[in-house]
Amino acid sequence: MLQDAFRGGKKYWILLGIWGTLVVIGLAAYGRQLSEGLHITGMNQDVTWGLYISQFTFLVGVAASAVMVVLPYYLHNYKAFGRMVILGEFLAVSAVLMCAVFIVVDMGQPTRVVNVLLHPSPNSLMFWDMMVLMGYLLINLVIGAVTFEAERKGAPPPRWVKPLIYLSIPWAVSIHTVTAFLYSGLEARTFWMTAILAPRFLASAFASGPSLLILLALILRRFTRFDAGWEAIQKLATIVAYALVINLFFVLMELFTALYSDMPHHLHAFEYLFVGLEGHAALVPWMWVGATLTLFTVVLMAIPRIRAQENVLAVLCAAVILAIWIEKGLALVVAGFIPSPLGQITEYAPTAPEIAITVGVYALGFFVLTVLYKVVVNVRERLEAT
Amino acid sequence: MSEDRRTFLKEAGFAVLGLGCGLPLVRGAFALPQHGTEEDVQSSSQWAMVVDLEKCLNEEVRAVSAAACHSEHNVPDIPDPDDKIAWIWEEKYKHVFPDQVHEHSPVEMREMPVLVLCNHCTNPPCVRVCPTKATWKRESDGIVMMDQHRCIGCRYCMAACPYGSRSFNWRDPREFIQTDGNGEMPSDFPTRTKGVVEKCNFCAERLRDGRQPACVEAVDAVPGGEGALTFGNLAEPDSEVNRILSEKHTISRRVSLGTGPNVFYVV
Repeated sequence: MLQDAFRGGKKYWILLGIWGTLVVIGLAAYGRQLSEGLHITGMNQDVTWGLYISQFTFLVGVAASAVMVVLPYYLHNYKAFGRMVILGEFLAVSAVLMCAVFIVVDMGQPTRVVNVLLHPSPNSLMFWDMMVLMGYLLINLVIGAVTFEAERKGAPPPRWVKPLIYLSIPWAVSIHTVTAFLYSGLEARTFWMTAILAPRFLASAFASGPSLLILLALILRRFTRFDAGWEAIQKLATIVAYALVINLFFVLMELFTALYSDMPHHLHAFEYLFVGLEGHAALVPWMWVGATLTLFTVVLMAIPRIRAQENVLAVLCAAVILAIWIEKGLALVVAGFIPSPLGQITEYAPTAPEIAITVGVYALGFFVLTVLYKVVVNVRERLEAT
Repeated sequence: MSEDRRTFLKEAGFAVLGLGCGLPLVRGAFALPQHGTEEDVQSSSQWAMVVDLEKCLNEEVRAVSAAACHSEHNVPDIPDPDDKIAWIWEEKYKHVFPDQVHEHSPVEMREMPVLVLCNHCTNPPCVRVCPTKATWKRESDGIVMMDQHRCIGCRYCMAACPYGSRSFNWRDPREFIQTDGNGEMPSDFPTRTKGVVEKCNFCAERLRDGRQPACVEAVDAVPGGEGALTFGNLAEPDSEVNRILSEKHTISRRVSLGTGPNVFYVV
């Protein structure tokens, strides 16, 4: 099974070469960050979290969304997801891996990361987040490896793995809930301090994660002999359609509360995002692109005839991912810091090394994902040949 | 809400959270080291500071307080505002007390400079969120302490502080500390490394020797600055801070958040 990772055609090695190159560039930039400090990023005393923590937040959602294939398959015995499940689980594994790396690259003293375990602090949501994420990584690795190995041997998976699979369902919900609690429990940040943040995180995760999974399945269909099945892809598209509507509903509820109550400190972050605040408007174009994409995808994804066209579906999924990425991977974290508690509006824009590090971490995740999927594809091919 | 009910609600909340996470650490959540001792802290000892806004209108008073503090603690002088470190500094009244001004307040009042520093809150959000207990509320005297050797530089405390009282070392601070002719640092207070958070410590190192905080001592030496900053213990009924608090109209920052600041301002 593992030897498949080391054998492959030209395309496989080229792909790994691309990811590897990006990782090396990211590592070089990270080396600079380690020696010079985080001042080489665009972060500052007012906006203390930026691109890294934003990507972490976005990717926790991608990781959690594996539950959208695990739940129908294992709880409802929805057979069409038979081949999709392993793709979802391995996507979760690489997403959690990226989350962990993003946390580490954001730290001022990364060598002290073990302090979180040496001095466990149950009153800190960051401690809980680390616990649930590491647990989720472990659970998915075990489930993925064990069920896949059983399938390869043509035997049913061992019985002990079943409770673990059931556990993985609430666990997936917990990782994104705890991540939302990181933000929503802070009295200092009105923009984040909203009870709907966790539900919103989950809804947007269940739109962006399955969209990414659809794209990956479509790519595998086109370039390999692995077909996750058209019915499975269409079912995922339906899930995306519902999640998009629910997410939009939640966002509108946030907007209503802020706009109708008209309370300045509730309005400021939204003003900054959509129209700019006192001439500061770095995120405004992004937000309108995101809003437009959201509206288009909500409508088009809801129409079965449209989402049934493979090419259109691919474009729509890419648009969903971009829209949610703008919302969570760009705006949500930064807007929480603007204006600052002392009324300062300090804008944030990532720097070149910061972007290189971010791309490098993504490349590392996709490197791992490519290898994992390669093994899945080869094993499947052999199973079908016999 | 009574302290008991608050504590109960918090513990219940954390217990539910713990169960929701499905982890065998629920008992740890009940321990809540910081909150469990909140009342003890209150009853035993709590250092506090009273800032006289009028006396601090004197530019020299504000300048010497910051200068004394920053040289006492080897705080670097970084010109770039993005990376600037500050333990005590000035902000405009309208930004320090956003709920105390309105559009018809006199402009001089809104723009008035006010000294700000860590509030050493009774219920500090920074302590609540720290994942390593690198910042904690000292039981003996209520100072919110910082261990720069344990801090991992996650900056969660900076997101949690409603007062912007914390600074992160985005770069090596040592290059920006003004040394004298012999290359000596201004004081023997330990310098920090890049990648950790720092803030005012109410001069814990001076209190140990029975001295007043550096900023207080500095303003008292300025003509007309005596009493611009008053430092004392809230647990001692006869302390100067208690006398001022009982006699004068004082305010503290963003009271509605429930953090319980221990820096007060005489209006």
